[in-house]
Amino acid sequence: MSSEPSRPEALGPILLEVNNIEVVYRDIIQVLRGVSLKVPEGQITALLGPNGAGKTTTLRAISGLLIPEDGEVISGAIRFRGEDIHNRAPENIVLKGIVQVPEGRRVFKHLSVEENLRVGANTRRDSGVKEDLERIYHYFPKLRALKDRLAGYCSGGEQQMLAIGRALLARPRLLLLDEPSLGLAPLLVREIFSIVARINAEEGVTVLVVEQNARVALSVAHYGYIMESGHIALEGTRDHLQENPDVREFYLGVAKSGGRKSFRDVKSYRRRKRFM
Amino acid sequence: MQYFLQLVISGIVVGSIYALAALGFVLIYKASRVINFAHGQYIAIGAFSAYFFATGPKLPFVVSAFLALVLTAFLGFLTERIFLKKLVGQPIISVIMVTIGLASVLDGLMHLTPFGASNYTFPKFLPQGGVNLLGLQLDYAQLLAVAFTVLFLVLFSLFFQRSTLGIAMRAVADDQMASLSLGVSVEKMFALAWAAAGLTAAASGLVVGTIAGLNLGALTSIGLKVFPAVILGGLDSISGAVVGGLLIGVLEKLAEGYLDALVPGGGTSYVFPFVILLVVLWFKPHGLFGTEEIERV
Repeated sequence: MSSEPSRPEALGPILLEVNNIEVVYRDIIQVLRGVSLKVPEGQITALLGPNGAGKTTTLRAISGLLIPEDGEVISGAIRFRGEDIHNRAPENIVLKGIVQVPEGRRVFKHLSVEENLRVGANTRRDSGVKEDLERIYHYFPKLRALKDRLAGYCSGGEQQMLAIGRALLARPRLLLLDEPSLGLAPLLVREIFSIVARINAEEGVTVLVVEQNARVALSVAHYGYIMESGHIALEGTRDHLQENPDVREFYLGVAKSGGRKSFRDVKSYRRRKRFM
Repeated sequence: MQYFLQLVISGIVVGSIYALAALGFVLIYKASRVINFAHGQYIAIGAFSAYFFATGPKLPFVVSAFLALVLTAFLGFLTERIFLKKLVGQPIISVIMVTIGLASVLDGLMHLTPFGASNYTFPKFLPQGGVNLLGLQLDYAQLLAVAFTVLFLVLFSLFFQRSTLGIAMRAVADDQMASLSLGVSVEKMFALAWAAAGLTAAASGLVVGTIAGLNLGALTSIGLKVFPAVILGGLDSISGAVVGGLLIGVLEKLAEGYLDALVPGGGTSYVFPFVILLVVLWFKPHGLFGTEEIERV
């Protein structure tokens, strides 16, 4: 049975709306050609797609991190809770409640684990930081044991947990995760995604996650977008995407006849890639 | 033994000046990886502006000193806003060249004022006399210098270890992109680092002026004398700046006391610290307390 591609609005009020944005680097290299997506509040939304599709650029456009890379949103709009936020400075966007966990973790190597977490709280003026620190240690018990160790000496998985915990200490309404599975063992990837799902369910933090690993991302996401060469190629609820034959074949690695796809068929992937 | 201790104590007094001057240097390096060649000029500006406030409008010395600290800090802030802001993201060598240019411009401007020409002394603000330590007469100015240095060093270490702002500044030094993603304003941190460096430069200018009087050449040359101190201690370590500064001060005095007599013409105090520096770097290329690159394999 194939379900209808129900709209993201059906899952909750729209927290973030990216409306037909185009992004250009160095005034000349166009990376996004009209990307539109909606992130429903309280849900996990996945942005999937191959290398170079523009997923990271989309996240950077949302969090304001295009500016240090000499990129700019030249048309379209990004609205967060009804307010235009594109081309704002990253610190303004963090204050509005959007925090990005950058690709490749990017922990502060020469700061201890706890100091890393405290940098996450640097924009806050309230007194709840101590309690929130305890909450992060509750979700990531490993970090408590490591709190005085230099972050640079932690393992890849620990660093990914630290990067997520650090972002959560800013008390975001919307957490942007860029490729959290990068370079991690499959078991660890599953552990991290299940913690993200728990945080989403228990703390009510909305999540937008960019992933190449569609299988694990769709295991926790409620809604998904598939991006190819600078635009959104396909969208739908998790069930809708998981049942789509093209998604099954190209992103989940399941052949039409069922069972996992063999590498012998990889050539046809290239030919049929632009299925939209 | 008595002689040795006396040399060590006077070395500590000189060394604490180096430590204080090195602190400003380290602050900028820690936040932005920039080596500030104009540091000596800020030291001179701090010292002469205090002299100006104390002798021109005849303000009490403590007030003048305070104004000098504020003024030089503001100047450091302006330097960052005007000259260095545009260079964020450019190669470090360009920024360093700007500081070298800045050093000669500031030098030239100060030579145009009456202060460029001769020697001055701060008006007396301390009581005469001092204390006798192990047979060495230390006057109040020297004691104040050491106390002032210790105060500044303790305050800045606490700032970097405990306060969120200080930790955020270290984070910026570590990874600018990641800091931005967490809402740390990298620009603000750089401006703050320069302001703090201006503040400590003025503080060391005040200390030098109190102990040794004011001379433009002598004050600006401290900016270069801190090099062996910071490199010995590690460019990005506050405790390194302290240890490096004190070590260089003591080595200078010991060389002066023991080696000068053996070498015709003397002047070993200028060379000896650098010899030790070379030996230390041989074994610890990041300096005694410098941050080593963390590489995971």
